Amino acid sequence: MRIGVFVCQCGTNIAGTVDTEAVARRAMEYADVVYATSYVYTCSEPGQQEIQRRIKEMNLQGVVVAACSPRMHEPTFRRAVERAGLNRYMFEMANIREHVSWISTDKEANTRKAMELVHMAVAKLRFNQPLFSSKVPINKRVLIIGAGVAGIQAALDCSDGGLDVVLVEKNPSIGGKMAQLDKTFPTIDCSSCILGPKMVDISQKENVTLHACSEVESVSGYVGNFKVQIRKKATYVNWNACTGCGECVRKCPSRKAPDPFNEHLATARAINIPFPQAIPKKAAINRDYCLHFTKGKCGVCKKICPVNAIDYDMQDELVSEEVGAIIVATGFDLFDHSVYGEYGGGRYPDVISGLQYERILSASGPFGGHIRRPSNGREPRDIVFIACVGSRDASVGRPYCSGVCCMYIAKQAILTRDHLPDSNCYVFYMDIRSPGKNYDEFVRRAQEEYGVQYIRGRVGKIYPRGDRMVVQGADTLLGIQVEVEADLVVLATGVEASAGAGELAEKLRISYDQYGFYMESHPKLRPVETNTAGVFLAGACQGPKDIPASVAQGSAAAAKVQALFARDAIETDPQVALVNERTCVGCLKCIMVCPFGAIQSKTLRDGSIKAEVLASVCQGCGLCNATCPPKAIQLQHATDNQILAELNILCA
Amino acid sequence: MPVELKPKKTTVAYYQGCSLEQMASEFDVSTRVVCDALGVELVEIPDWSCCGSTPAHSYDPLLSAALSGRNLAIAEQQGFDVVMTPCPGCLKALKGALKVFKDPNKREAFLEILQMPFQGNIQAVSNLQLYFETIGTEAIRNRVTKPLTSLSIVPYYGCLISRPPDFMQFDDPENPISMDRILEALGASVPEFPFKTECCGATYGVTRNEIVGKLTGRILDMANRVGAQAIAVSCPLCQQNLDLRQAQVNRYWRRDFHMPVLYISQFMGLAFGVEPESLGIDKLFVEADSLLDILSREGERDQSVGGKMA
Ligand SMILES: Cc1cc2nc3c(=O)[nH]c(=O)nc-3n(C[C@H](O)[C@H](O)[C@H](O)COP(=O)(O)OP(=O)(O)OC[C@H]3O[C@@H](n4cnc5c(N)ncnc54)[C@H](O)[C@@H]3O)c2cc1C
Ligand code: SF4
Ligand code: SF4
Repeated sequence: MRIGVFVCQCGTNIAGTVDTEAVARRAMEYADVVYATSYVYTCSEPGQQEIQRRIKEMNLQGVVVAACSPRMHEPTFRRAVERAGLNRYMFEMANIREHVSWISTDKEANTRKAMELVHMAVAKLRFNQPLFSSKVPINKRVLIIGAGVAGIQAALDCSDGGLDVVLVEKNPSIGGKMAQLDKTFPTIDCSSCILGPKMVDISQKENVTLHACSEVESVSGYVGNFKVQIRKKATYVNWNACTGCGECVRKCPSRKAPDPFNEHLATARAINIPFPQAIPKKAAINRDYCLHFTKGKCGVCKKICPVNAIDYDMQDELVSEEVGAIIVATGFDLFDHSVYGEYGGGRYPDVISGLQYERILSASGPFGGHIRRPSNGREPRDIVFIACVGSRDASVGRPYCSGVCCMYIAKQAILTRDHLPDSNCYVFYMDIRSPGKNYDEFVRRAQEEYGVQYIRGRVGKIYPRGDRMVVQGADTLLGIQVEVEADLVVLATGVEASAGAGELAEKLRISYDQYGFYMESHPKLRPVETNTAGVFLAGACQGPKDIPASVAQGSAAAAKVQALFARDAIETDPQVALVNERTCVGCLKCIMVCPFGAIQSKTLRDGSIKAEVLASVCQGCGLCNATCPPKAIQLQHATDNQILAELNILCA
Repeated sequence: MPVELKPKKTTVAYYQGCSLEQMASEFDVSTRVVCDALGVELVEIPDWSCCGSTPAHSYDPLLSAALSGRNLAIAEQQGFDVVMTPCPGCLKALKGALKVFKDPNKREAFLEILQMPFQGNIQAVSNLQLYFETIGTEAIRNRVTKPLTSLSIVPYYGCLISRPPDFMQFDDPENPISMDRILEALGASVPEFPFKTECCGATYGVTRNEIVGKLTGRILDMANRVGAQAIAVSCPLCQQNLDLRQAQVNRYWRRDFHMPVLYISQFMGLAFGVEPESLGIDKLFVEADSLLDILSREGERDQSVGGKMA
């Protein structure tokens, strides 16, 4: 093989602490190297042209570039050699920047290490083979999991782009947390007025299939060709017939069912439609509270229903959908403030969460939009808001900022002063985080126009005195202890990963961080992608976010899907495992270790059993390669021979 | 006495500490009586010495560990695997010694000073932990002969009994409930008491007693507001601040509190039918006569309707 070596100076990034000329000179001594040089910016246009010129002039069959991390420029150089007529896999990269020049100032040692890395790359390249990718057709349907505002936005954008959308929502209605909000910062526009039309749109789009009360059961396949099982939970109401008239709800005698939509400030009937604007607007029975199921008698709803939709025998149903891409938009859940014993541990009815207060403010909420104390239904006069409950507190395992609470308590305080002009509002805060567009101005309005009193300091304790609550805390600006007597205390409960985020991640084979938020592929440059091809993220499932950011990410994810679907087929990565049938003994140990289910067994005509890799499913992890006793299964582009060649150089 | 209800005999080493020898002797007396009634044999650690208290651990934690370690080592030599102390301060010192022993960086220095064989196979627990976790409220309830039915009592835990949580490893740090449950088992009504763990001022009683006046006053005030007739405690220092200093508090706040503050073991003793004198109730500064009157009236009424089941 005729090999050319290009040692990059990267300006002074590399040449500052590595003698690149010496590295190039030494390279000329390595087997098969016929050309070596040092170049100032190899990745630049002239740098790439230089490589191409030398390939042609010197008849090179393989190229090594010693430069930065392959994560940075391997694709660039692969394309460059390809344009000069080489197979893109006849190229190797030695990382002498991140692994050498940037981490030590000892030029001599650096130069020696750079020489060894280049030598290893050359040794490996001598065993490289041209590899070719194959094409698989893309199924141009998209699955969106979670129909909060992020999922809804993604679904509408995909639908507008002409894609078939399958939308799966675990609750009876779409809308997510935003549907529970009263007004939204920083413009105080009504949440259901801006979300409602989008929800209706979803129900009217011909190319959107909505599965509510449903969850993803299992996922198999790969980008372009996922197979998804969806469990539609039994609602005991035939939704094809149900018109959402609500007759059953009005007549149901079981009135003590939980009402999660109202954050348990009210109770619901056993058969219920969560809220007037629900999409789909269909009734569902809560089995645990339905007298038919618990006592074996009742049947009122069945008798009353004008369209005969009640079906007590309904079972969960599994439906299969085939899609080419998946957008995960499962949102967040609220931190459970009962771990704060000093705030009453959830024992005081007038110490409530931020979302409960949204329901109290909402005209469709438990008190019809009148602010009342949950304990006795009276109008409060003094209201205290406490920031950072379950945020920025390592002692409860939540060291991160929830990002939205400073803003939503400013909003809630403004709304409170609007509803009850004679009320006093106090906010205990650590710092005010309001970096969005028009956000700081909004907080200032709360302070200056609405007279909300901001007290900088933590609250140490909340306790009842008579029928009021005493909030005891520090004012760190004045350096004193303060006590505020309040009728209502609103905790700015933080944001945490949605319940079940971990299990879903495992089904989708995407990663999540220690708090359960899904991991983007790159925190700055790939904020919408996951590390699993074809799976994208939108909204608060990736980290705490407000509505503008959730909507933006929903649209971004939709754009990514459309870019993927703009092609009719995708090229598979040829860096996958390959079985040499002549040496395979059919032990099938590889099947057991493959985490992606990418290997299957097949029987040859002579009856012998062999392993077979599904190239489009294989992720190239190499577990099978390491496991295979006769070494019959080899990861292309990282075969045993290639790795041993590198090691031999290192150990020589 | 219904002998058959006695739980099976448990034997633990007993570390009373200096408070319980002097100021808080009634805590000692009542603890011994109650443990006897519950079938727990307390064996005083022979030749026990000072735990070091605040001076030792604020001067050098290793000194404190060595002083307490000696008592643990003696108890271990005697074959005990549990040592119980009613004083939270002593408990903190004993647990501190165990923590130092378990720390590989400190063990050697600790054993060097101790100069005694020590395996560290011994556990230090509080009286409450013994009652609540080992004996259990059910056994306590079974032992009651004179339920405190007509009394409303709030428990005051102070700062140390359940904190710091990972060190004490007992009960909830913000809302402890062990004494609540024991008092309920004794038949008392136990109102929700928000100041269970508020600071009583601790040793500031000696140096700056206006601080204790202020803080203890808040606790007494809250007990009053929630309708308590008495406070139950399990710490000699808490008892001292709430009881001995109640007159100072009254002067500071210009109030007229008259709130008896009894050790939990004294309440248990009363409910088990032990005579008040044998529980050292006469040692209280704020007299508990009103409580005792209520209880004896209650007893008469029960007698007149045929007596309560034990
Ligand atoms: C009290 C409060 C007030 C707020 N006020 C404002 C405001 O005024 N302005 C603003 O900009 N932001 C506000 N926010 C933030 C706002 O709520 C979020 O930005 C927004 O809801 C995020 O949308 P999402 O779609 O990512 O998540 P979500 O709204 O949480 O929606 C996620 C959806 O996915 C569904 N789901 C979850 N798991 C699954 C699963 N496994 N399978 C299927 N479906 C699943 C859920 O049921 C839900 O419908 C507030 C937040 C709180 C807590
Ligand atoms: S059958 Fe169940 S859901 Fe229907 S009305 Fe009766 S209790 Fe309500
Ligand atoms: S947004 Fe504000 S209140 Fe919420 S966690 Fe961050 S700093 Fe705390």
